[in-house]
Parts: sequence; C-alpha cells; structure tokens
Amino acid sequence: MTSRDTFSLAWGSLAHQPGRTLLIALAMSIGVASVVVLTALGEGARRYVLDQFASLGTGLLIVIPGRAETSGGAPGVLSGQTTRDLTLADADAVARLRGVERVAPLNVGVAQVSRGGLSREAVLLGSTASLLEIRHMRLIQGHYLPAGPSDQATQVCVLGLRIRAELFGQANALGEWLRIGDRRFRVIGVLATQGQQMGFDSDETVAIPVAAAQQLFNTASLFRILVEARGRDAVAPVKEDLLALLKARHENDADVTVITQDAVLATFDRIFTALTLAVSGIAAISLGVAGVLIMNVMLVSVAQRRSEIGLLKALGATASQVRDLFLAEAGLIAALGAVIGLLLGLAASFVLGRIYPVLPITPPLWAMAAAVTTALVAALLFAWLPARKAARLDAALALARR
Amino acid sequence: MIELDSITRSFQVGDQSVRALRGVSVTIAAGEFVSIMGPSGSGKSTLLNLLGLLDRSDSGMYRLDGLDVTALTDAEAARVRREKIGFVFQFFHLVPRLSAADNVALPMMLAGVQPTLRKERVARLLADVGLSQRASHLPGQLSGGQLQRVAIARAMSMNPTLLLADEPTGNLDRSTGRDVLTLLEELNRRGTTLIVVTHDQEIGARAGRRIAMEDGQVVADSCPSGEGP
Repeated sequence: MTSRDTFSLAWGSLAHQPGRTLLIALAMSIGVASVVVLTALGEGARRYVLDQFASLGTGLLIVIPGRAETSGGAPGVLSGQTTRDLTLADADAVARLRGVERVAPLNVGVAQVSRGGLSREAVLLGSTASLLEIRHMRLIQGHYLPAGPSDQATQVCVLGLRIRAELFGQANALGEWLRIGDRRFRVIGVLATQGQQMGFDSDETVAIPVAAAQQLFNTASLFRILVEARGRDAVAPVKEDLLALLKARHENDADVTVITQDAVLATFDRIFTALTLAVSGIAAISLGVAGVLIMNVMLVSVAQRRSEIGLLKALGATASQVRDLFLAEAGLIAALGAVIGLLLGLAASFVLGRIYPVLPITPPLWAMAAAVTTALVAALLFAWLPARKAARLDAALALARR
Repeated sequence: MIELDSITRSFQVGDQSVRALRGVSVTIAAGEFVSIMGPSGSGKSTLLNLLGLLDRSDSGMYRLDGLDVTALTDAEAARVRREKIGFVFQFFHLVPRLSAADNVALPMMLAGVQPTLRKERVARLLADVGLSQRASHLPGQLSGGQLQRVAIARAMSMNPTLLLADEPTGNLDRSTGRDVLTLLEELNRRGTTLIVVTHDQEIGARAGRRIAMEDGQVVADSCPSGEGP
C-alpha cells in the first residue's frame, strides 16, 4: 500500500467522525498553543532584559582596582586593601590597546554644588569626553566634556537634568558659572534624562573632567576605567590584553578586576533560557495528556472497528499495514491539532504583544518546531499500543457473525 | 489446488476445549464448485477460515497451489490472501464510509496497485456485476443484493484463483439470493475455484460437489476428487 493511500484511508475514517476528530485535535492544539505562548513570553522577557543591558553597550569592560578573588570579598577599593591604584596613565595606556574603541576613566565622589544662594549635594563624575558614548548618554544642550588630554583640568561641567532644574530653574544654564567644592566651573552642557544606570541616576550627576575631579578630591587614583571594545567579538581579546598590560604596569602584580558586560549578559541569558525551557516543559506535559487522550480514543476506535480491521486483513492487509493505518490516523489528528495550536498560539502571542508592548513577544521558531514535533511524537507514541492491538486482531474472530 | 491432510483445530471456550475440526482431509481441484454444509457448530466456518488463511490449524497440512501454507508468517499469509483468495461474507462487510467503487478498490489499494490502473479495473469489475451506475453510492444507499454484488466485485478485484463464500445468500431474500448465486456460478465457470459454506439446501444442490460436515469431521463428500470419481 502506498503511503498516500494509507493517509487517504486514515483521513477518510477521521473525516467520518468530524466531531470526535476535532475534539482530540483541540486537546492537542491547546498543548501546542500553550507551548508557543509560554515560550514566546519567556523569550520576550529574556530579550527585554538583554535589550536593557545591551543599551549599556555590549562591548563594555569595566576595570576595577583590586582583585575580587584574593580575599573572596569585595574588590579592594571597597575594603581598602588595594595595593596599587589605577591611574590616568593606566587609562591612557589602555586606550592604546588594539581592539579598544574608547576609554573613559572614572572618578566618583559627592560634592557640594552651589550657585548663588542655591546649593545641594550631587554625585560628581570625573571623566572624559568618551563617557558620553560609552554610557550611551545624550545631551539636550551644549557640549559634553572637552576632548583632549585626560590630564587637562579644564574647569567646565555638564549637568544632569534635575541638578540643572534645581540650580537654575527656568533660567539659562549654558555658559553660567557655578561652584563645586571650592572651585568654580562653567556649565557647558546639560544631559538628557536617562534614568538609573549602574546605580547612578544620571539626572542627579554633574560631570567634570577627570583631572579636575582628581584635584577636587585630592587623589591620583581612579575609581574605575570604562573600556569599550570594538564589537562583542573583541571583548575577550581586549580583556586578556588589558589584564596583561595592567599587570606589566603594576610591577607584575595582577591587581585589577575586569568585569565584562558580556559576562553579565550571558548570565542573564542563561537564567532566562532556563526559565523559558522550564515553562515550556510544563506546557509540553499537556501534549502528553493529549497523547493519552488519543490513545484512549484509538482504543475505543479499535474496539468499534473490529470487523473493518478483520475485513482489511481478509482482503490481504498485513499486520504492519493495519498498524500504519492507525498510526496515520493519530499522526493526522496530531498534525491537525498542531496546525490549529500554532495558529492559536500565534494569535495569542500577537494579542499579548499588544497588551504588553514593551515585551518583544514573538514565539521563537525552535519552540514552534519543538511543540509540533512533541505533539507528533506523543501522538504516535501513545497510538502505538492501540495500533498494535488492531494489527494483532484475530481476523477470523473479528469477522465472525455479529 | 487445495490439499488438506488431517487438519485439526480446537478452541478454548471457558475452561473447555472445543474441537472444531478433528482430522479433516479434503482435496479440491482447481475450478471446482464445492458446497460445505452442516449444522451449526459442525466446523464448516472454521474450515473456511482455515482455507482463507484467516486461521491456523493446530496440526495437519494445508497445501494451496502446491505451496505449504501451514507455516507461513503473518505477512506471507496476508500476501497469499491478497493474491489468491477472495472472500464473500454473509454480512457483506463493506466499509460504510467508502463508496462502492472505493470498496471494490480496497484490495488493490492494499496491494499497491497504481490508482489509474485501479480505476480501470474497478470500472470493469462493477460492470461485471451490473453496478456501473452505482459506483459512487455509499453502502447505506444500496440494497442487500447490490451490496453482495459489490462485495463479490471486491473479492474478484485481485483476480483470485480461490473464492470463499460464507453464507453468501444468508442475508438476502430468495430471488436476490439466486441472482447472487448465479453470479458466483458464472465466476466459477470462468475458472475460479468456488467454495461456499451454506445452510441452504438449494445452493448445496447446485454445487458440483457437496461436502457435509458434522462434529468437525467430513461425513459425506459427493464427489471426493481426492479419491478419484
């Protein structure tokens, strides 16, 4: 018997009982749809989080003085154990490494910022022009910190949006002078609002040249060096070169820690992928349940169609032909259910995407393929027993007088 | 054509063993028209099932066309049934959801005959039984006589050498039964060996050779070709 004939015979018997066929297909389709929707949600959440991180720059490396692993505690700068500080010269040397796009040394402190009678405390970021790009910040007014040698302590500053509002109100801030600590700085730009980023609210910060910050805080060391590699692929080699360079510069002592954005990203990626798989695994259980349903219905069907099976055998059908016929029926039902389920799942994902526009909800292709495959495999697996039962049916008994 | 030698077959009914056939030995030549008669429980249906390879004997030897078919595997037996044996049943056993033409095509479908060739042969077979006009009718739309003629067309679709009929007229009124029997006799005249199990004395009388069974044994054989006429 050709497989086309097998399927057309199987389809004929399914079409003969459309209500029953549709109900089983519906059970199958609910399973497929839930796998599709749940993986779409999981994938959406994963991509949402990754996108948030990616907005910080995927090629980002952060150099922290001190070694995380020596004491098992926090990096030295927090526990005060670091032997050698990061310096501006280190940052400049890092900037000359191959694969490095830009480097921003960073000093952070809190200082009193005042203009006329108004005064408040603000987080002071000492850095260079590169910080703007590395942190993907935008200006709404003026310029950012001047490009040029990092050790140039120009007395200029860039204000966060809220600082500007609190110190200047509606008045123009650009070109005005204000006092930070005991020095005077001229406002050359205002940042667009950005929200929280790595623990700082950029609206509440004031950026000044790193050399000026070092003078202000009376220190020669850096809090961090932010390094942007040329693309994601360059991150690993840059990290290696960077560690080697700083080790050489620090009298052969590997006393810095390098955190890559990639590593953080990869961790989140793993967590969310695991979550998605777990959730879709649970959904896949419903496919198993649908499989049991198919088995049930097939067993009844075999019992009901004893004389038909006996007839097929009398007409020369082999046991494997009879078995294939029933497997084909199960496969067709599962395929029908899978198609309905895919459509349901896609529709539900679309609706969810409309309800939660921030989540990029699209069912991943692998999940759809996996759902359909699981549905088919479950159906065939569970139909095996009834199909074998039909194949082993005693034709003489089945044809005996009713 | 058919050689049966000391065939026995028993069934387990409850905790009792029922001996349906107790050493049946019959030889039937190609082209014969044989009727098997006997009371209920005489073993005639069991014998027919054995002849049609739907059942296996417990002991004894069965040769069909010189081939020992006693020890065939399931797949081999199916192949022999497909190619050499046609069945006609008392209750017609047509698949209710398939049209007359599709029912007739079923054995060819199982044998993997090409659809175009199948269609041709189905048309000819239906014409042979006078049902060309009913090809697309479902069994529910046909009368008993028509159903049995579709079943006969189906039985002949693989051009078998052996046609086994189990009470082919048992579910038909007398005149329709006669028509069906005439059709079977016509097929027999064209060379098909015909074996009919029946209660009907009239059919029994029309057969060229009458075998009577009782208690799982052949008690009378009008023309035992095995022993020479």
